Amino acid sequence: MRHLTSIRELTRESAIALLDNAQELAQVGDREVKKLPALRGKTVVNLFFENSTRTRISFEIAAKRLSADVINVSAESSSVSKGESLKDTAQTLEALGADAIVLRHPMSGAPKILAAQGWTKASIVNAGDGSHEHPTQALLDALTLRQVAASSTDLAGLRVLIVGDILHSRVARSNILLLNLLGANVEICGPEALVPSGIEELGASISHSFDQALERNPDAVMMLRIQKERMDGSYFESPAAYGRDWSLNSERLSKLRLNTKILHPGPMNRGLEISAEAADDSRSLVLRQVANGVAVRMAVLHNCLSSGGES
Amino acid sequence: MQESVVLEAHEIERALRRIAHEILEAVEGNSDLVLLGIPTRGRFLAQRLGQLLKAIDPDSKIELGTLDITMYRDDSVAAERLIHTTEIPVSGIAGRVVILVDDVLYSGRTVRAALDALNDFGRPSHVKLAVLIDRGHRELPIRPDFVGKNLPTSKSERVRVSLSEIDGQDQVVISK
Repeated sequence: MRHLTSIRELTRESAIALLDNAQELAQVGDREVKKLPALRGKTVVNLFFENSTRTRISFEIAAKRLSADVINVSAESSSVSKGESLKDTAQTLEALGADAIVLRHPMSGAPKILAAQGWTKASIVNAGDGSHEHPTQALLDALTLRQVAASSTDLAGLRVLIVGDILHSRVARSNILLLNLLGANVEICGPEALVPSGIEELGASISHSFDQALERNPDAVMMLRIQKERMDGSYFESPAAYGRDWSLNSERLSKLRLNTKILHPGPMNRGLEISAEAADDSRSLVLRQVANGVAVRMAVLHNCLSSGGES
Repeated sequence: MQESVVLEAHEIERALRRIAHEILEAVEGNSDLVLLGIPTRGRFLAQRLGQLLKAIDPDSKIELGTLDITMYRDDSVAAERLIHTTEIPVSGIAGRVVILVDDVLYSGRTVRAALDALNDFGRPSHVKLAVLIDRGHRELPIRPDFVGKNLPTSKSERVRVSLSEIDGQDQVVISK
């Protein structure tokens, strides 16, 4: 695997191998020396055209734990703000010797283009592109679910409910693809205006009542952030109205089974799609997701930057 | 492909028993040993050696662990290569005699990587190397302390160690 721009590039076996490696690499965070020499001498550029806290820091920590040199570039502080194209930026990074480019971009498909056009020999890792995909988020979600399911392989039979703004969510798309690949049953649930037509073809059932979906007792509920920055119109009457129908509020939290897990990719709009009580509940895996993000990104960077050699 | 069996199950057992006696002789009463197997098959060889050492000297304090070296290799590692668990005893390795256990010693690069990995976990008083097969062709100044069998090979030949724990049978095969 030289690039990771979409979950579609993974097979069931390669996804499980990545999760297995991530599970082992998670141990590095518990060691006194939190560093492995695997990517010594490699340069990883985090090229972020959108704001990010956890994903960028997570990729940075992951690369540094593998002893790579890390350069962080944000659009505001780069020549992109002067009008430089993605192609020119990529070629500049190529000339500067980047071995991997971790790209977050508002345009869906930008990482795929970068990987396919030959502007750079660097490995391309998609850190979120528009409303398209966020493969490493799906991998860390799968790793988190696999840990609580106490499975050593896939997620066969696990019932996952994904709730909220599906329309704008790259996390939802990557998760539907990966959860299906790993044998989970996925239900997506949201207001009609925020559930795109045809999304069921990715491998999910659709419903439009959160309360009814909860009555089906999912094993995990993944709440999605309302992405106001991508909304160019009005998709719901008011935050209060949205919260009434779609928030994991105290009332809905009280109806969850004791072993139902709560996930959220972050950042959370507390009080909108998830209540503070739910976010901080003992069933919430939000912080474990963040911790697993480092391990998953270590596995992905190692996989992309390792070329076959003698075993 | 021509294959010939160079060690049968009972010969592997005998070789490990001899190594166990050699280890006890070499450490001269220092029974604070940590056997670290290098995955995959080194892990099972370390477990077997641990059992043999306990049988020979029930009073000896022997702890077992595994040391994965995938992320410490200095050659390009196949991306598909799975990372194995590293399990260092809770009491650590600092100041103790560590015996690295592997199935085949070849270029020495795996052992060099293991020595690097050890650095991240502490400073043993001694590090020794036990291997079931030494097939030669060293590329680094590394030599084993305990060898089950010296097996002269050409670089074109392959040495395959099978162990019952994962392969269903004990056998060492050389193939051309």
